[in-house]
Amino acid sequence: MTRWGMAIDLDRCTGCEACVVACAAENNIQTVGEEQAREGRAMHWLRIERYYEGEFPNVRTRFMPVLCQQCGAAPCEPVCPVYATYRNPEGLNAMVYSRCIGTRFCANNCPYTVRVFNWFDAEFPAPLDSQLNPDVSVRPGGVMEKCTFCVQRIQAGKDEAAQEEREVADGEIKTACQQSCPTKAIAFGDLEDPDSEVSRWAESPRAFSLLGDLDTRPGVVYLSGTEWREPAE
Amino acid sequence: MTDRPQASARALDGELLGRLDRRRPGLLVGSLASGALVLVFFYCWGYQIANGIGVTGINRPVFWGFYIINFVFWIGISHAGTLISAILRVTKAEWRRPVTRSAEAITLFALAIGGLFPLIHLGRVTIFYYMIPYPNSRMLWPNFRSPLVWDIAAITTYIIGSALYLFLPLIPDAAVMRDRAAAGLKKRFYAVLALGWRGTSQQWHSLEWGIRILAVAIIPVAVSVHTIVSWDFAMTQTPGWKSTIFGPYFVVGAIFSGIAVLMIAMALLRRGLALDRFLTDRVFNNLGLLFVTMSLVWGYFTFAEHLTVWYSGDLFEKNVHHVLLHGDFAVPFWTMVVVNLVIPVAVLSFPRGRRPLPTALVGCGVLVGMWLERFLIVVPALSTPRLAYSIGDYLPSWVELGIMIGAIGVFACLYFTFTQLLPIVSVWEMREGWRHAAGGGESGRTSGAAPTATAAAPAPGGGGA
Repeated sequence: MTRWGMAIDLDRCTGCEACVVACAAENNIQTVGEEQAREGRAMHWLRIERYYEGEFPNVRTRFMPVLCQQCGAAPCEPVCPVYATYRNPEGLNAMVYSRCIGTRFCANNCPYTVRVFNWFDAEFPAPLDSQLNPDVSVRPGGVMEKCTFCVQRIQAGKDEAAQEEREVADGEIKTACQQSCPTKAIAFGDLEDPDSEVSRWAESPRAFSLLGDLDTRPGVVYLSGTEWREPAE
Repeated sequence: MTDRPQASARALDGELLGRLDRRRPGLLVGSLASGALVLVFFYCWGYQIANGIGVTGINRPVFWGFYIINFVFWIGISHAGTLISAILRVTKAEWRRPVTRSAEAITLFALAIGGLFPLIHLGRVTIFYYMIPYPNSRMLWPNFRSPLVWDIAAITTYIIGSALYLFLPLIPDAAVMRDRAAAGLKKRFYAVLALGWRGTSQQWHSLEWGIRILAVAIIPVAVSVHTIVSWDFAMTQTPGWKSTIFGPYFVVGAIFSGIAVLMIAMALLRRGLALDRFLTDRVFNNLGLLFVTMSLVWGYFTFAEHLTVWYSGDLFEKNVHHVLLHGDFAVPFWTMVVVNLVIPVAVLSFPRGRRPLPTALVGCGVLVGMWLERFLIVVPALSTPRLAYSIGDYLPSWVELGIMIGAIGVFACLYFTFTQLLPIVSVWEMREGWRHAAGGGESGRTSGAAPTATAAAPAPGGGGA
């Protein structure tokens, strides 16, 4: 059985936000505009959290890409009244957009605050409409969404392997954020396969889970050589 | 009754019902004003449905705002009636008699409005029925693990129960209205409500048993409803929400705000319909005592909740706690403590404070305070998420304000209409009280000095025949 997972090496992350852009392009994420973004309605599925340490001029910036952690024990799932979010057999917290009625309960119960909501119907004014990804549905207004681990790419990879009557090879399926990362800070693959790159990264002594003591059993593992103080203040 | 009634039962009927026939300018103005607010309500909701839920001020991370606050607030107010009136009926408190009807009407209307708010809140209200377990071709059920589905079950049960509980004791009065009305539409309306009531002893027997069973059955329903509303919050792992005290805390808060609105409604009714012979000072005194008790219980729960959070030292919980007590939300928080605890205790501890005007004013304060309490439960916890990067802010938009004020109008409109159509004081129960008092019945001891001129009171079966 597959359990899709991701490992992110924070020591390699430069905070360039290429992943954020790639994610938006791949997944037809609505661009809400300046005014809405100021109201806290920017819709990134993946965000780079920036934390500053020290006093000027001795300041150090830490970057942390935060996306849906695809929790093994996801707080978002049981609270949805209509099963619009559920755990699929491959360890993804799947979203069924057509089922979502927009209670936003899931987003309130997400300790990582990674869920984003379509406050209005999506608009893709020309020429943006011509770059929409045909493999990803455009979500209507009033619907919750979040990182899917590029489930359309996973599906395509599995289909291709099935046609060639073989298993999906490690590293064959790449998420958009991983593909665009210039420092190769992201690994993606099957956590159940002990030889996969992501499993090897996850075994690292530098590995930790975000808000690990909540025991949400995230599918995303972070790596950091220096002690990572969980940003709480 | 402290002021001794000199009326026979028939005269009493006439006096109570006569008030309904009289048109009072105050009621008319109230009806018109509330009617205008009803329009505001539906305009704002329509505007939101047409344009998207984004016309509100909610955002990430404050995904829930005024709608959920008002949902909890109105469900809380609904506890004015059914629960209080059921407890009073079960304990056979004589002074319940003039109170129950108005309380039960408040329950039903507040519930209807409270039940609307989660729908208003939905991103896609047009498919709200996905939450209801109905047979469908795809064999899809709602998620019974979700507190929102429990909510639907609880509130539906409560609405049906309260509607029955309001309706049953209304039947004999509807029959009286039917018999008094001239033939025509009005008579037919009351005839439908009276369900062919003839006042036979068999009918009285069934009615009394029905009310008795409902009064007992509705108490656990009422308690469970607000407990389940609290679980919308307490079942999450959100700092500031996950708390085992929330169930009883919400029930207490609901009864507290329920009594507040009951005090206001009774003071208004007493003035507006000149009912001071029925809603006596004694009634206000008793309710005032209950009111100040609930204020103290509420204060105790609030203290217990915040002390345990503060003492735990849990980092994320303390962040929420900090913005509440010393941070951005300190002003509403301490305002809430003053209007919910300090003022009620200061005023209602003294007999002079338990008169209609002061209790109603304290009630207004408590309504504000209990609304603030719900605001302080919903917003600070959401705006202070675990990952500091997402810390947010919330201001309602004009649409949310319009719907909130409009909802008050809808409530007032329903209440005014009800008061004009049906006796807001239960006529037959008052008459029964007279009879008890006169005959030194089982509960006569609680009704004060026995009235003298009630010997003419007929059997309660005289109702509609």
